[in-house]
Amino acid sequence: MLNYIIRRMLYAIPILIGVNLITFTLFFVVNTPDDMARMQLGIKRVTPEAIEKWKHERGYDKPLMFNDSEEGAAKFTRTIFFEKSAAMFVFDFGRADDGRDIAHEIKARMLPSLAIALPVFLLGLIVYITFALVMAFFRATYVDFWGVVLCVALMSISSLFYIIGGQFLISKLWHLVPISGYGGGLDAGKFLVLPVIIGVISGAGANTRWYRTIFLEEMGKDYVRTARAKGLPESIVLFRHVLRNAMIPILTGAVVVIPLLFLGSLIAESFFGIPGLGSYTIDAINSQDFAVVRAMVFLGSLLYIIGLILTDISYTLVDPRIRLE
Amino acid sequence: MSPLLQIDNLETILHTGAMPVRAVDGITLQILQGETFALLGESGCGKSMTALSIMRLLPEVGEIIAGSIRIGGEDLLLLPEAAMRNVRGRRISMIFQEPMLSLNPVMTVAEQIGEALQRHFDLRGAAQQQRVLELLNQVGIPDAAHRMTEYPFQFSGGMKQRVMIAMALAGEPELLIADEPTTALDVTIQAQVLELMRGLQQRSNMAILLITHDLGVVAEMAQRVAVMYAGEIVETATREDFFRSPAHPYSRKLFAALPGRAKRRQGLGLEMISGNVPPLSQEFVGCRFADRCDHAWDLCRTTAPGWSVVATGHQVRCHLFNQNSGSRIQDPVKAAETDFQAIPNPKSPLPNSELLRVTDLKVYFPIHKGLMKRVVGHVKAVDGVSLTIARGKTLALVGESGCGKTTVGKGILQLITPTAGSVRYDGLELVGLERKQLREKRAEFQIIFQDPYSSLNPRMRITDIIEEGMNALNIRNNDRTDHAGHQSLSLQGKKVDTLLQRVGLPPETKWRYPHEFSGGQRQRIAIARALAVNPRLLICDEPTSALDVSVQAQILNLLKELQASLGLAYLFITHNISVVEYFADEVAVMYLGRIVEWGSVDEVLGNPKHPYTQALLSAVPVIELNPKREVIRLHGDLPSPANPPAGCHFHPRCRHAMPVCHRTYPGTSTFSATHTARCYLYPQQQDTSTKHEDCCTGASKNSKF
Amino acid sequence: MTMLFKPVILWTDALIYLLVMVVLAFVWYVRRNEHMLAPWRRVGHSASGMAALTVLVFFIVIGLLDTVHFRPTVENSSNGEKVYSVEVLSLLDVIAAPLRTRVEKTYSAPFAAYLYARETIELLDGGQIREFPRLQFGGAHLQNPEVQLFADVAWRAAAGAALGFLGWCVLVALLGALLARRDNARFLPTLSAIRRGTTEIPWNAVLVTLGLILSLLGAALALSTHYHIFGSDKVGQDVFYQSLKSIRTGLVIGTLTTLMMLPFALLLGIMAGYFRGWVDDVIQYIYTTLSSIPGVLLIAAAVLMMQVYMEAHPELFDTIAARADLRLLFLCIILGVTSWTGLCRLLRGETLKLREMEYIQAAHAFGVSHWRIISRHILPNVMHIVLIATVMDFSGLVLAEAVLSYVGVGVDPSMISFGTMINAARLEMAREPMVWWALLSAFGFMFALVLSANLFADAVQDAFNPRVRTWSLKAGKPQRTGREEDPETKPVAVAVKDSISP
Repeated sequence: MLNYIIRRMLYAIPILIGVNLITFTLFFVVNTPDDMARMQLGIKRVTPEAIEKWKHERGYDKPLMFNDSEEGAAKFTRTIFFEKSAAMFVFDFGRADDGRDIAHEIKARMLPSLAIALPVFLLGLIVYITFALVMAFFRATYVDFWGVVLCVALMSISSLFYIIGGQFLISKLWHLVPISGYGGGLDAGKFLVLPVIIGVISGAGANTRWYRTIFLEEMGKDYVRTARAKGLPESIVLFRHVLRNAMIPILTGAVVVIPLLFLGSLIAESFFGIPGLGSYTIDAINSQDFAVVRAMVFLGSLLYIIGLILTDISYTLVDPRIRLE
Repeated sequence: MSPLLQIDNLETILHTGAMPVRAVDGITLQILQGETFALLGESGCGKSMTALSIMRLLPEVGEIIAGSIRIGGEDLLLLPEAAMRNVRGRRISMIFQEPMLSLNPVMTVAEQIGEALQRHFDLRGAAQQQRVLELLNQVGIPDAAHRMTEYPFQFSGGMKQRVMIAMALAGEPELLIADEPTTALDVTIQAQVLELMRGLQQRSNMAILLITHDLGVVAEMAQRVAVMYAGEIVETATREDFFRSPAHPYSRKLFAALPGRAKRRQGLGLEMISGNVPPLSQEFVGCRFADRCDHAWDLCRTTAPGWSVVATGHQVRCHLFNQNSGSRIQDPVKAAETDFQAIPNPKSPLPNSELLRVTDLKVYFPIHKGLMKRVVGHVKAVDGVSLTIARGKTLALVGESGCGKTTVGKGILQLITPTAGSVRYDGLELVGLERKQLREKRAEFQIIFQDPYSSLNPRMRITDIIEEGMNALNIRNNDRTDHAGHQSLSLQGKKVDTLLQRVGLPPETKWRYPHEFSGGQRQRIAIARALAVNPRLLICDEPTSALDVSVQAQILNLLKELQASLGLAYLFITHNISVVEYFADEVAVMYLGRIVEWGSVDEVLGNPKHPYTQALLSAVPVIELNPKREVIRLHGDLPSPANPPAGCHFHPRCRHAMPVCHRTYPGTSTFSATHTARCYLYPQQQDTSTKHEDCCTGASKNSKF
Repeated sequence: MTMLFKPVILWTDALIYLLVMVVLAFVWYVRRNEHMLAPWRRVGHSASGMAALTVLVFFIVIGLLDTVHFRPTVENSSNGEKVYSVEVLSLLDVIAAPLRTRVEKTYSAPFAAYLYARETIELLDGGQIREFPRLQFGGAHLQNPEVQLFADVAWRAAAGAALGFLGWCVLVALLGALLARRDNARFLPTLSAIRRGTTEIPWNAVLVTLGLILSLLGAALALSTHYHIFGSDKVGQDVFYQSLKSIRTGLVIGTLTTLMMLPFALLLGIMAGYFRGWVDDVIQYIYTTLSSIPGVLLIAAAVLMMQVYMEAHPELFDTIAARADLRLLFLCIILGVTSWTGLCRLLRGETLKLREMEYIQAAHAFGVSHWRIISRHILPNVMHIVLIATVMDFSGLVLAEAVLSYVGVGVDPSMISFGTMINAARLEMAREPMVWWALLSAFGFMFALVLSANLFADAVQDAFNPRVRTWSLKAGKPQRTGREEDPETKPVAVAVKDSISP
């Protein structure tokens, strides 16, 4: 089993290299640094000097892959690829346009992101599974029917609507909690209530329906009939037999997103003014801060790959068929 | 004595499609205390639905609309669901066909048995564990104390079925319903499980409702038999009466359709039941079997027959036995035998007629493990198989699941690249041939598969399916004169028509799609597809094992007739001994990737030498009234081909195992010009010292190399 | 004669035409093959699916009208030479010209006759007052809006709805006559069969939906010539017009993205599953790598870079519309790149299963070439997965467009879409009193589109993949076709699996 996990980790390395190459191509090969500079400085009144200055400030004034003007190993290290792309492997993300260290910024913003993403994740999991179980228990009745109708309706509504509608209703109309903002410590609670509730609701339709499908598929299996043939009541069949089997795809499906919780949510954070990584990314996109976007792409992939490894580990924990092979 | 279970006029329908399917249409039966009652019938006749109706565990589309089911006088259909739960697993238990799917994969065996004990006896903790252990010991799980904490996937198929039985016994039921309990198991394992069930029943005086399609299992197990056809019971009898003189024409046809040696000796074709079971979504007017019955007359088509008493405890639902309408047949069995059709004996093969010679064929599948997925071993699916097939003859390759017999077939056809060895077809070496060169030869040897449902592409019309091979191999039907495209197309169309007629289907069917055909018809189409390229060798990979007995007879007859008229040679891969008896000229018995015995069909089946062959043959249930055979019980299961036992692969399960068997694989022992085996019980031949020597030669009389 | 307009075929237009042709060819092909028609019949039997399809058809018609683009001529005095306007119009723009051209100064509420903001108005006597001025177009025909407005709106709505209802009646009669002629039945019994829902296709559900649409449409059309029924936005443009224009953007994103990714997903997925070995390894590596970058981030990065590229190469497009269109196309491609991996993985898995099927083994035994096996055996048997994925993806993509446009990496700001509408309106959330109508109509239209797409997708999935039954409740009877065994076709199943899988 340990072998298996180590192999999965080794397998992650070529994928990270691939991600790195993709971002490098996207940011430096498709467009030259000159183009980027012109874009940021404004097309019309830009002088070559201004472009050079812009490039120099950001360290983009070197060759892409191979530096002829240097000696020895520096031929490769004094290049954009080495300094901007390969450096990300040691979490050296460079500086943002406002001069701050990106790595430092990321560290500071992870916690607020997690503060909203984690409750949404946990609460959501509980709520969705509960509702899906209720619908599976009352399958082929009107409870189930209207439950599914509600799910389809909920998943047809834009997430933007949930946020705007929620802000309007709860904060603006009823003045229950602040519309947006963030505070440290216990103070954070009142700012988090609304985004968490909205986060859970906006995922409710699709997830509940998906879990219900898993439950129903599991309930159609032969071992469920065996359990009933033992004379077990339906509730025990559902909770002891069906739930245990259905939790395998549900849990392992959920584990993969756990590391990504650090990234937070792009839209929710910017709407609610939470200083997390999501709003950081949006600000970077809007101000066209290429270095930050590049860093976030790499970080996101890294977290996703960690999620994949965690999924593999969680499989070995919940499924005896894999644990004991 | 009042019956334990009394079913009266039970009607169960399934709400599928536009018309409800009357899966169970008014059946009445009684089961007495402690007896084994067999419900016999082919697929789709409603026997499983009867069982599920008794348990009230019908699928959600099912509904019981009439009748009563009484156990000890209590009507189950009137019980509320909560009370019914006290019956399930306590008074009536059930075991199912697929032990692989019927156990919860993420709960240990002890947990699953324990919850039944807790439910019905409120047994917990150590007492519960103690009882679980007892039950597992009772069903013969070796090392039960240790294995009870394992998960179902760690058990083999036969062991899983034992666990299922232990679970069913947990409630100490009065009635055990066994729905095809051994259909998914190999014969040797089937023998073990049946023996277990017989033993348990004798000890506990529990009644068994045995649901099966297998006459052999009925003969071995049942005290009374009911034959089901199209949703109703058509005959009930004691086992003795039933096997001595089956009454209903359908029952008689079932017996006649069974292949076997006797039928082969007589040179007769198998009795076939024409047509298919009628769909149960229709209303029936007359007798349901009338359309397929040889004795049917007008009355049968207009009036549903009632029960007629043939003898005490022997009833039949057939007008032939109705006193009022006059018995039409005096001796039913004799009458049934008159309409066998004779099949001409194949032309005697040409001298020196070897068509295929396989020498030391090996097919290994690598096992990857560890950090870098290194190859740490091989699954030796086929480990040095040699065989020859003569022109126009049939070689049967017999073995249990997992012995590698299908892989041999695919290796011969080069569908799987062999690891080593040679396959010479008509003198031409096939192994290592380029794809293109191989293609030129592909028309010569073709294959028919087991599963008629996955062997035809559902998205292609029959004509396209049949033409595919002709197009791929440029079969021009011996007619080189036509150059115009459409002319050759119309010729091809004619050929498709001829082929379909040849396999017994009307040519109009070629515009249809596979889903419109039944299993037997699909198998005919698959045969037509193979014949389209004029092969000389057909590899038949369990072509009838997914079919009902009556349909199996149709296919076997067709194959036999084709062999006679076209001179085809067959490599017949099967696990069904009675088909071998009827069909094969020579038999090769395979165990764990190697052939252990080889000879003509009479030699091997009549005088088996290898202990495995002996055990295999003794395990096959026989359809005789008083079987005087001793079942040689095999211990344990087939070992993994990834890690076969040292020495003779069979020694861990062999009752004759000697020290030498543990060390080296035995060489060939020859009993006659055609009969060889590999076993230390018999004098070894000289040429066995090297492993690469062929074990099983002597296929055709003159081949000593 | 000189032409009055110059046809313009933008990139997305061309692809939509291609898509329409593909769909038509597909329909023609399916109609000729009974076995392919069967699952579509099942779709046709789903009441919710057919009702949803009716709504979708309505959206698609608007989207197609908005796809036929051209540049009108502008009068040119000098030497009679024709000059085409730089403005690219569509058929929808022409039909909705009253909506498009009647631009107010700034915000106005739905059915308002006055502007939403006070303005300083110079009185005749030289004094100034601040008041809500009358709208230039909305309710301009009314003498005294305070009194007349409600009655006028009600009367026009009723008249419009009645007209719509009349049209509906004509359609019902036509359908009844058509069905009666086809089945050789009489007219009135056919109508009553439709009403009772005993027809094969649930025409009653279709007709109820159609009746609602036509009545609403009639009322909306009757009103929109004299009012801004959904109000007007910051620059005074009619919100109803914007909502109609947004439909095409949503449809394009929802369909073309799939069209873009389909060839890759199909080719790579099938190749990986069929050839296995190193081909599989390479393809798996590619899609794992691509899918490990969180979608929004990859899209954001790609769109940023696309912006830089388009800034650096302004010669690629000659009009603003062409520029916006090219950006839309790029967005589709980028969305496609991020979303093909899921389908690719599904197809690989299915192909792995299929290649072990016995009919493919049989084809190998005939020496049929790989290419023919893929095209004749595998491709037709995975198409249902492609179809299900396509319809399931559609609604997600429409929703994604709104989010991406909000984040700033969506469509061109000059292109009207649900996302840009929401983005623009959101800024006015804080305004007192709130400007809510643009938001609400964008969400409303999007909800109708996505809901009907979801319902239709459900019907398609139920029909093509009966194993996963989403839901169905007919006359209180559960209808699970998933697991029960058909007594006619189930073999005795002595499934003795012999082959040892490696």
